[in-house]
Amino acid sequence: MNNSQTNFRRGVRDGMPIALGYFAVAFTLGIAARNAGFSALQAMVESLANNASAGEYAVFSLVSAGAGYWEVAVMTLVANARYLLMSCSLSQKLAPETPLRHRMLVAFDVTDEIFGISIAFPGRLDPWYTYGAMAVAIPGWGLGTFFGAAAGSVLPLRLMSALSVGLYGMFLAIIVPPARESRVVRGLVLLSFAASFIAGRWALLAGVSSGVRTIFLTVAISLGAAVLFPIKDPEGAAERA
Amino acid sequence: MKNIWIYILVSAGVSYIIRATPLVLIRREITSPTLRSFLYYVPYVTLAVMTFPAIVEATQSPVAGALALAAGALLAWRGGSLFLVAAVCCLVVLGAELILL
Repeated sequence: MNNSQTNFRRGVRDGMPIALGYFAVAFTLGIAARNAGFSALQAMVESLANNASAGEYAVFSLVSAGAGYWEVAVMTLVANARYLLMSCSLSQKLAPETPLRHRMLVAFDVTDEIFGISIAFPGRLDPWYTYGAMAVAIPGWGLGTFFGAAAGSVLPLRLMSALSVGLYGMFLAIIVPPARESRVVRGLVLLSFAASFIAGRWALLAGVSSGVRTIFLTVAISLGAAVLFPIKDPEGAAERA
Repeated sequence: MKNIWIYILVSAGVSYIIRATPLVLIRREITSPTLRSFLYYVPYVTLAVMTFPAIVEATQSPVAGALALAAGALLAWRGGSLFLVAAVCCLVVLGAELILL
């Protein structure tokens, strides 16, 4: 019990910088939510219930495009597919006898960052360490979204325009480092940029909603890459993801 | 007009199931190299597809968005943190639009 308390406190400490970063990023996400017609409360609930930047952003852009519920479900699945891999890794990191309730609670906040520090925990993962990080990271994420959605309307256009790229900056911070390490990922990122640009202008796909285009391109390019360039070091790949 | 709360419920449900299923059910690693590779590539491809050309279209001036893309990519290449890269992209747009507009 005492050990759990210590690990919880360590989690809070390591989660603090994550919470600050989350607040800033979630703020720009809140602006996107507001543009999609979400109230500040709805935006915050969406964030608290999803804990996923790319996934939430995809939902907001689909909703503003008037997409259906099924489209949103499929897009959430595709945008968050990486968490499936992270959860697989985390399941190896937990002691096999870890009770179901801990597995279900840890699952709630498997994000790039929380996954990163949880995997770095020495030895078997104590769920309480992850809970400590979640205890500060989740409020940071939720409040950031709330204030972004609430303040978005009173901010000057100039500032809104600047803040709207914050999210893309974060995406760049996630995709560029592995693109630097791996030529395949680098090629895939450039191919994705080009394909996304062309698909938006190509008459046949331009009429389709941006969400469906994203799903189609993601599955097609990733599947092609998986067949042509299967990763040789899945263990390391999972850690980097 | 569709109900936003249902969108929230749908996305939250899918997000949770994706994360909980492997943790609850799978206790050994996925071995299929193709499936593992697919899951490994998906986040980078989907984020790249969503970033461009959207970043250029999100700003008032497309030039400002393009500059933010270049600055963000360069900084991320040099190992800039998530927070730093996001902040610099915002500042680049702010500065560029002060000059351009």
